[in-house]
Amino acid sequence: MELIVAVSIGALTAAGIYLMLRLRVFPVIMGLTLLSYATNVFVFASGRLAVGAPPVLMDGVEIYSDPLPQALVLTAIVISFGMTAVLVLVALGATVEGGSDKVNAPRKEAEK
Amino acid sequence: MVSFSGLLPVMVLLPFIGALMPGLMIRAGRNACATFTAVPTILALVFLGSMAPDVWNGGTVMFRFDWVPSLGLGWNFMLDGLGLLFAGMILGVGLLIILYARFYLSPDDPMGQFYTFLLLFQGAMLGIVVSDNILLLLVFWELTSLSSFLLIGYWKHLPEGRQGARMALTVTGAGGLAMIAGMLILGQIAGSYDLSVILQHGDEIRASDMYLPALILILIGAFTKSAQFPFHFWLPHAMAAPTPVSAYLHSATMVKAGIFLMARMWPALAGTPEWFWIVTTVGLVTMVLGAVIALFKDDLKALLAYSTVSHLGLLTMLLGFGTKMAAVVAVFHILNHLTFKAALFMSAGIVDHEAHTRDIKRLGGLAKLMPVTALIAVTAALSMAGIPPLNGFMSKELMLEEAAHTYWFGGDWPIIILATFGALMSVAYSFRFIGHTFLGPVRDDYPHHPHDPPAGMLISPALLALAVVAIGLAPGLLAEPLVRVAGAAVTGGELPDFHLKLWHGVTPALYMSAVAVLGGFLVMKAHGPLDRVWLATPRPHAKAMFDRAVAATAGLSQTVTEALHNGAISRYLGIFTAATVLLGWVAWQGGGVTAPSRDMLPVPPLVAVGFVLLMVATGAVVVMHHTRFRALILVSVVGLMVAFGFVYLSAPDLAMTQITVDTVTTLLLLIALHFLPKETPAESAVFLRVRDGIIALAAGAGVAFLAYTFLLRDVSTISAYHLANSYKGGGGDNVVNVILVDFRGYDTYGEIIVLGIAGIIMFALMEGLLTGPSSRKLRNWRFPEDVSRDRHPLMMVVVTRMMMPIAVLVAVYIFLRGHNMPGGGFVAGLVFSIALLMQYMASGFGWTMARKTIEYHAMIGFGVVIAGLTGMGAWLAGEPFLTSAFGYFQIWPFEKFELATASLFDLGVFLTVLGAVMLMLYSLSRLARYAGETVNVEPMDYDPSARIADARAEDEKGLER
Repeated sequence: MELIVAVSIGALTAAGIYLMLRLRVFPVIMGLTLLSYATNVFVFASGRLAVGAPPVLMDGVEIYSDPLPQALVLTAIVISFGMTAVLVLVALGATVEGGSDKVNAPRKEAEK
Repeated sequence: MVSFSGLLPVMVLLPFIGALMPGLMIRAGRNACATFTAVPTILALVFLGSMAPDVWNGGTVMFRFDWVPSLGLGWNFMLDGLGLLFAGMILGVGLLIILYARFYLSPDDPMGQFYTFLLLFQGAMLGIVVSDNILLLLVFWELTSLSSFLLIGYWKHLPEGRQGARMALTVTGAGGLAMIAGMLILGQIAGSYDLSVILQHGDEIRASDMYLPALILILIGAFTKSAQFPFHFWLPHAMAAPTPVSAYLHSATMVKAGIFLMARMWPALAGTPEWFWIVTTVGLVTMVLGAVIALFKDDLKALLAYSTVSHLGLLTMLLGFGTKMAAVVAVFHILNHLTFKAALFMSAGIVDHEAHTRDIKRLGGLAKLMPVTALIAVTAALSMAGIPPLNGFMSKELMLEEAAHTYWFGGDWPIIILATFGALMSVAYSFRFIGHTFLGPVRDDYPHHPHDPPAGMLISPALLALAVVAIGLAPGLLAEPLVRVAGAAVTGGELPDFHLKLWHGVTPALYMSAVAVLGGFLVMKAHGPLDRVWLATPRPHAKAMFDRAVAATAGLSQTVTEALHNGAISRYLGIFTAATVLLGWVAWQGGGVTAPSRDMLPVPPLVAVGFVLLMVATGAVVVMHHTRFRALILVSVVGLMVAFGFVYLSAPDLAMTQITVDTVTTLLLLIALHFLPKETPAESAVFLRVRDGIIALAAGAGVAFLAYTFLLRDVSTISAYHLANSYKGGGGDNVVNVILVDFRGYDTYGEIIVLGIAGIIMFALMEGLLTGPSSRKLRNWRFPEDVSRDRHPLMMVVVTRMMMPIAVLVAVYIFLRGHNMPGGGFVAGLVFSIALLMQYMASGFGWTMARKTIEYHAMIGFGVVIAGLTGMGAWLAGEPFLTSAFGYFQIWPFEKFELATASLFDLGVFLTVLGAVMLMLYSLSRLARYAGETVNVEPMDYDPSARIADARAEDEKGLER
């Protein structure tokens, strides 16, 4: 289980970074989303993995998964949504005003 | 004999507080403005006077107030003899300048601004001279650089003024930076940043290995401020300032700050060969160079500026000698230089004001036209030349006396020759100032016919000229007590045996003086031919060199910046990622890792399927990202798999949040995609793709490896505390929720505020977009043709309408159970917003908006306020912010249930999340509305009932017909 979680994190990171290095806004947003997944899972996994032990207290149960990373990730998920939304609107505004959804500023030579 | 007085900081702060007044009082007229500028200065003088007796009797007045004790920074002030001398000079001359400037400035000049800058500067100077803490001193030191920048550049319309101000700021500011470093080293050596302690540790400091670096850095600061060679060039260019500024900054204050610092640090730093060689040599060179250049300046103020440079050099040299007598002479000359130089600057200003020129070659014969001014100026200039019985004579005599027995470069004669030469040139330019401006025949070609100015303008220089004569005639009575007190502070103890008097008998210094006066007179007579030679000689122009240096620095930094920041954001990101991976790798090399302590969990088949799905979807996004809709769907598949992972790995709260957030995100991106191109063109070259691929794979492999490594090892966390106290302290079984609303409630409070701000940002951005220049573009937006003709299908409208109450019920349920079971405000808010979004999608924007009764902004506001008030409620019980309380109640016919304030907090979270999410999507959708998409006010595009009604109406019409 640990291995496939680690591989998933790695794959999501790699895909996210590759997409974020593209030259258009939309793939960058997609990449950011994937990278957020990877980061969230990474932070979550730092509490170590446990199966069938949700951190909801019950009588007679002694073993629970680590609740702290879960709380951190929960808010991270919601905040990353807010961030993505703002980014999307900025990208949208830039596209409407600039007429292109390129990420990079045009080269100096091109301006002249 | 140390006494403490709260008046000390008040005195320093007075000018700063007073700086607020002139800007207001200028509305009441120029006299009121000047008066209200004088008030804080006079008050500060009174305070100074009330503290003076203590200092006079050899004591020190202190004030201590810790600011940042961990850094050794405190509001520590100290008033001793040296501080008293300087504070008196700053405030006294300040008062004279305020009076003089009232008459000097023309009605067109913004006088309120001038006086504000002046008071700021005064406060900063005052701070320097009474600071006990050297860090505080540095703060005031930088403040003088800044406020003098404002003063020098006061005439903003003059390019010389702006350039001069910039040059002064650059040079003194750079010196200030060096001094900060030097002071920090000094503080490290002495173990304290308090001057009173540092000055006690002189021997320790001088013996330290770090003495030389500290000395050089501090001296750079002092030399730049006091315009010592080779930093002297900024001072003449600062003459573009109004004359009151020049008179204040360059006679009494700004340039004396460097001298003050050297005098202040004298007990700690002076007396070593390094000090002697650096300070004496720089001072001597500056003195001679300044005097020579001054002779050939035609601008009255430039002449005085170089003369100031020369006299500052003289003072530096005296401090450099390192003997106690030389230090005392320096103190005496500080006082004398102030009196005659301030008077001279003011006279030059009067001449400029009356004759409309300061060019010596266009002046002459003014003594007959403006006798009072001439009397003042000639008295002061003779003192500058060192003619008895004026005060300048005495300090020059004493200086030559000290110079006469100083061993420098192989004997005492080099310094005798150079000092005499400097004095000679000083006599020459002083005589030239007198002769070519005031003596000679009256001319008929002045730009403006001059006469004596109004009395108000003459009072200040006249008082100073009076002081010149009075100190000259009765030095023992007027100057000696002050010089003794200040000198004792500089030398840090006993004073040599001396008496200030006019006649010292026939000494070597008298011969040197006689040579200087005679030679100076001859040089002045030969000025014409000498001037032609001077003009013909090539010499370096400081301003051109300075400009070139600045341009070169700016060019270099521009080149570097443009090379690094060329606008290619993806490149920065690539460099950042690669650097991070590299750093991680280096860190990995550094330490070993313990053996794995956890066993791997088994992978059931269902999870394996999920894993394969996730990997395939991730890979597919990368391969197929050019088709954007497909990529979006694939990304949501990935999100779903991640959510399943959370379910399996005992994180039900996360899974719920993930699924709801993903739903909302996907909707958001779908709306956005409406306005973005539907395809991503393949435009990066193969090489770039390979490069990016390598970077991405390296990062992914690194992260995976890291995760795998720590997953197999145990860790000690603070979670046990949360698990143990969740029920006892927070009254909830769902530990994640209790952490959010209780243990880490403050964090959550901050986060909902951030989310609310994000929502409002979106609204504001969209508002800007819709009303800005791009609104025309939007109005003519062309949408793709392949849209559904039935935008609000019947089935969807009916289903979503029916689902609305159910979804809301689910949201309420999730909210209520959140404290004890998976759920809570975050998830409930998201579920509720999805229920609302469905209505927008199915029934249309206009229809839904017409039924909305509460603004989303208000919802965010209410949410934050409710959460905040809940937190504050804890104060009523005398507990810290956000302490929760709970209790168990029973109301028939329900079972016993729990009420917790945390639920109220969660309600705030719920409202904020709902409001923010709705505001975000609502803002985005406005784009589509604005861009000309029709808005239906009916729930459906096609309403069968309406058609039937129409048919009936037609039938009725037909019947009527």
